[in-house]
Amino acid sequence: MADVAAPSSMSLSGDRRSSLHKLMQRKSTIAFLMALPLILLIFVLVAYPAGYAIYLSTLNKSMTKFVGFGNFEFLFKRATFWDIVFQSCLFAITAVIFKALIGFMVAHFVHNIPSKGQRKWRGMLLVPWVIPPAMSTLAWLWLFDPSYSAFNWIFHQFGLGSISWLGETNWARFSVILVNIWAGAPFFMIMYLAALKSVPEQLYEAASIDGATWWQRIWYVTLPMMRNIIAITALFSTIVTFANFDIVRVLTAGGPLTSTHLFATWAFKIGIESGDIPLGATVSLFMVPILAVGAAFILRDISKRGSES
Amino acid sequence: MGSRKVSRRRFVASTTALSAVAIAAPFVRGAYAAGKLSVGFWDHWVPNANGATEKLIKEWGEKEKVDVQIDFITSQGNKLLLTTAAEAQAKSGHDILAQNTFLPARNAELLVPMNDVMDQLIKDNGKVNATVEYLGKVGGKWLGVPATVGSQIKGPCSRIDLLKKHAGIDIQAMYPAGAEPKADAWTLDAFLKAAEACHKGGNPFGIGLGTTSDNVDTIGAIFHAFGAVMVDAKGDIVIKNDQVRQALDFYKKLMAFLPADVAAWDDASNNKFLVSGQASMIMNPPSAWAVAKRDAPQVAEQCWTHGFPSGPKGRYAPFLPFFWCTWNFSKNQSAAKSLMLYLSQASSAEKMVVASGGYDLPSFEKLTTFKVWAEEGPPKGTLYHYPNPYNHQTLSVAAAPAPHKIAEQIYNQGIQTQMAVRYFKGEPLEKTLDWASGELEGFMRN
Repeated sequence: MADVAAPSSMSLSGDRRSSLHKLMQRKSTIAFLMALPLILLIFVLVAYPAGYAIYLSTLNKSMTKFVGFGNFEFLFKRATFWDIVFQSCLFAITAVIFKALIGFMVAHFVHNIPSKGQRKWRGMLLVPWVIPPAMSTLAWLWLFDPSYSAFNWIFHQFGLGSISWLGETNWARFSVILVNIWAGAPFFMIMYLAALKSVPEQLYEAASIDGATWWQRIWYVTLPMMRNIIAITALFSTIVTFANFDIVRVLTAGGPLTSTHLFATWAFKIGIESGDIPLGATVSLFMVPILAVGAAFILRDISKRGSES
Repeated sequence: MGSRKVSRRRFVASTTALSAVAIAAPFVRGAYAAGKLSVGFWDHWVPNANGATEKLIKEWGEKEKVDVQIDFITSQGNKLLLTTAAEAQAKSGHDILAQNTFLPARNAELLVPMNDVMDQLIKDNGKVNATVEYLGKVGGKWLGVPATVGSQIKGPCSRIDLLKKHAGIDIQAMYPAGAEPKADAWTLDAFLKAAEACHKGGNPFGIGLGTTSDNVDTIGAIFHAFGAVMVDAKGDIVIKNDQVRQALDFYKKLMAFLPADVAAWDDASNNKFLVSGQASMIMNPPSAWAVAKRDAPQVAEQCWTHGFPSGPKGRYAPFLPFFWCTWNFSKNQSAAKSLMLYLSQASSAEKMVVASGGYDLPSFEKLTTFKVWAEEGPPKGTLYHYPNPYNHQTLSVAAAPAPHKIAEQIYNQGIQTQMAVRYFKGEPLEKTLDWASGELEGFMRN
């Protein structure tokens, strides 16, 4: 028996070793192993906090009792919460539209600059996006400062009156949106520039031969060719803009009254500053399902177009 | 199992060594025989003020053979608040952590009772004011020891010259250095007239109406002066009362004489307004004056810190105490209590107050007459009335006497300042009260 059993166990372990060897040689395994550090990082820094936030949102204020969707029900009855929903939508939608428009226009300008000087312009135009927003927003705060605004000083030099940039609801909303556009437009610009560079010149030549105007070239050639990039960039920016914290926190802290609060700043206000962590977690999670559905539609559309092409 | 034979020589050697260790053990004192202690204290605005605290802690550590690790944590960017929240969630952190205003009550279930320490300190240093008791003692349990460092009264800091010039008020005569206040005429009516006169003269009062602490503290004291309570001690919403209406009417009149952008002010705005030379009065502890001493000495030498105006229900000033608290998961609670006792001795408190240039305020009644407040200047005596040496005003906190978990939200969300701004901007008073009432209902959840 022993004589027979020994070679059999050896061949089993040999099989196992060779299948492990094969597994390790598979591209997907190597890819998985190489991505593993990142996956772990995402789990620790994204998945775990997100799961913990969901757990917190199901607790009562003193965090002693499971309340299910009770916090969401509570929020839906609060007028202030719906103000925050309105402000967040106004902030994100306005900012993303303007970032996309400005990014699109600037990308065209940069695309038309001769390649020799283009790199310099690209670098300079990226600066607002590269500076940490909390820092650049501090500079904006000095420009908008309630009492010592640099803009107002300039207005005074021309005999114009002061604007209460951060003291009046509409001006304060304008200010935070403006800073977000300033900081975010370069991202759109660089993405659109990359997309523009990948549009084959022959298409424009063909369009010109067909007598297409500048506008028709944009509408029938450039935009369709950039559609995927536009969709991805807009989706990404919408998610990030809805989650914005630093600009509002530094510039207005949500004021005057609560007129510039966004989900993140309001969640911080009620969760950390006012000691209602479950409600804060609930506020921060409110947009997740809406953005997830939006993202699913956009990504599905992109992959459909990808398979059509 | 193997067995080993023990020789006579080996047995004697082993037992001798063991006996020597047993006899010597109680007398062995390593450098840090009493263990380790980590403390997280508020990082002071005043340069070098941390030094006095650090020195005192080191002295205590050497005496008690405790290895102390000190972290000075800034409140800039809410770092101290975030540290407190993180430690409370993680059930791990400093043995002593400075927590201000409503935080001890928020973390009440996680804090070690300090009744034994407080009994001793009250015996030594006198009683604490009612606001310290309201904030620091819940259900008969002291949640922390009121810290000297960082505790402050946010009273008026006025420009002597501008008040005299625009409003005809001699603030030094009203609050003379080294003597009791003669401030019977310093009422909310007189305050409003002075605000109007200073506004007309081009140097308005710098009183913010944002939702940050300085703004909320001022309106809180004025609400108290009118007896305006929004939520009573039992937790009932009582906002629709005449006192609240009077307080809001007062603020509506006052706001007409304040800079147009006060709704956007934060805790730095009033300081900047004073240092720039524009303000004839702000509500702040002496930090703004200290900055003016450095950056605008001509402004600093005209500053005078004094009491609040009195209203129909008395004279109230905002008091914001820090507490030194110990988590119930702290591993060295006895050492923590010993250190707190040491830091709260009169001699230690005085060293901290001196190092802060008079900014820090001990909460105990016998510790409000240190020489530093009489001597600091320029002008000499400018801080004499800062620690409320004659109990001339009642020290208070906004939103009291509401239960802590409600009061904390009223305070941190600036409900009172928001009401004032809404009403000032033209919203009907009853609509403002309805809005606030709705917010308060939301704060009632458990």
